[in-house]
Amino acid sequence: MDRELLIVSTLCFFVAMVRTVIAIRGGAYRPAGFNFLAIALGFAFQTGFLYLRGQELGRCPITNLFEVFIFLAWSVSLIYLLIGPAYRLSLMGAFTAPLVFGLQTCALLAPIDVRRPLRSTPTPWLELHASVSLIAYGAFALACVAGLMYLVQERQLKRRELNSMFYHFPPLTDLFAAITRLVWLGFFLLTIGLAAGFFTGQPLPYVKVAWSFGVWIFYAAILLARHLGTTAPRRIAALCVIAFSGALTLLWGITFLSQTRSL
Amino acid sequence: MHLFCVGLSHHTANVETRERFVGHAEIDRVLRETAGCAEAIFLTTCNRVEVYAAAEDTIPTERIAHCLLAAGASLGEEVETFYRHEAQQCVQHLFRVASGLDSMVIGETEILGQAKKAYAAARDSGAAGPFLHRLFQRAFRVAKQVRTRTEITRGAVSVGSVAVDLAEQIFGNFETRKVLLLGAGEASERTARALVKRGVTDLRVSNRSFERAEALAAQVGGRAVPMDSWETHCREVDILVSSTAAPTPIVTREILAPLLHDRVNRPLFIIDIAVPRDVAPDVNEMEGVFLYDIDSLQSIAQKSLVQRRQQIAAGEEIIAGHVDEFSGWFISARARREAAALELRPSES
Repeated sequence: MDRELLIVSTLCFFVAMVRTVIAIRGGAYRPAGFNFLAIALGFAFQTGFLYLRGQELGRCPITNLFEVFIFLAWSVSLIYLLIGPAYRLSLMGAFTAPLVFGLQTCALLAPIDVRRPLRSTPTPWLELHASVSLIAYGAFALACVAGLMYLVQERQLKRRELNSMFYHFPPLTDLFAAITRLVWLGFFLLTIGLAAGFFTGQPLPYVKVAWSFGVWIFYAAILLARHLGTTAPRRIAALCVIAFSGALTLLWGITFLSQTRSL
Repeated sequence: MHLFCVGLSHHTANVETRERFVGHAEIDRVLRETAGCAEAIFLTTCNRVEVYAAAEDTIPTERIAHCLLAAGASLGEEVETFYRHEAQQCVQHLFRVASGLDSMVIGETEILGQAKKAYAAARDSGAAGPFLHRLFQRAFRVAKQVRTRTEITRGAVSVGSVAVDLAEQIFGNFETRKVLLLGAGEASERTARALVKRGVTDLRVSNRSFERAEALAAQVGGRAVPMDSWETHCREVDILVSSTAAPTPIVTREILAPLLHDRVNRPLFIIDIAVPRDVAPDVNEMEGVFLYDIDSLQSIAQKSLVQRRQQIAAGEEIIAGHVDEFSGWFISARARREAAALELRPSES
């Protein structure tokens, strides 16, 4: 039942994505309530899936790579639904839907939903550490999406090639402000998540710790560069895209390895 | 009951002809009492003069044209330039007009406000009855749908508005933005006015002749700054509008680089409307600088116009559905009215 919910959710994001692609190719993109609705519906089904899986496991459903990907996709949708309308980032849905669709499709198609006996018993600190860290990744994912939007808009402005999507972008300066806020939000949540990791009462997996701090330092450096004014907004946007892409790849690697050996 | 429209527009008559038929204060009364319309709405804009009317009998175009004559003017051969649309065509014409499909600048939105004003005036004077009330209310709905469901209003179609739209796309709100005008010519003035209209409050004008800079600054609510200090001001501003008569570029990479040093997180939008250009083209390659010259602005305006034209078919499709619906309502309303009139008539025995 839970996988069916996830398939329906993925279809919702797929519909939102296809509709946007058709509109953009037709040269008549308009942000519409439809996209927001499709994403909201997709989010509802994701939540249903996570709830059922959580009930079944008796803990937060992030016990394997499959669940981690779905939880991450859920975090991305959640943060989009929370901040998208507030920051007039309606177009962000057009960029968010493909990301969530990609994450969920990979999770559904790859043979990664493997149930293994869990080494650790759930403790509140462990659950807090894992869930808050993943929500932080959701914020970084949205910062990556906003960064991508910034780069697309900046490129169109520089090249003077304005397509039908151009006038639906949030203003460039607002977009940059949104990137900054999302990175701050992700950084704040990641800090809490990492701190919670020290209170789990379990031996620290060194590779995971090193990787987590690597990500934390990278985002700290982005924020520092942003506030010192030493790096151009375009580069900050590009760094957000690179940082999330790298972190996502590493997240996959680390989670995959941690299931097979103790890290 | 006949529904019809008689009028002149930029499609059929030149401005000299149109200005002879601007109507007068008593137009609503004259259209009903002299011309014999049961209901009438008079719509006048700088590009059109039209009467939408409902009448029991057919009213000749000449009679309507005569009512529209400005004080002291007489009716001549211009009456041939009037067009006339009856029944369904009249409905379609109004829907096209209200949606901006019949405007000189396709998709312009001012016409809807003018149509609403004309309707309100007729309603207040009692000239708009149930048929025109329904027709105009539907027209306003159609216009809204055409705008929201098509791209007919998308993109600016004049150089000034393209520049201001781009600035808005970069900065969003103009209230805290600073603008520097280099040159105080007509082109600068037009752009400055458009920026002020959108909310710019800090506007500085620099010109070789300081008196001219002061004059323009006074007109647009800005302040004049000496030409030799423009570089200092350039450090602070977000938008630079240049339109001097300099024969060679006055803004180059070498001049701009030190000015941009302290503003890494703030983009600079340069609008170069001078011919020959005031800003060296390679300035656009600088980080955070967006340079648009007259050619690039014109090209965007032209593209918008083409895009708007491409949206006409989509607009017409929306209109066609509404025309059918309204025509259906009109026929049944007219039949009901005639049946009621028959019932009221004393029976023959």
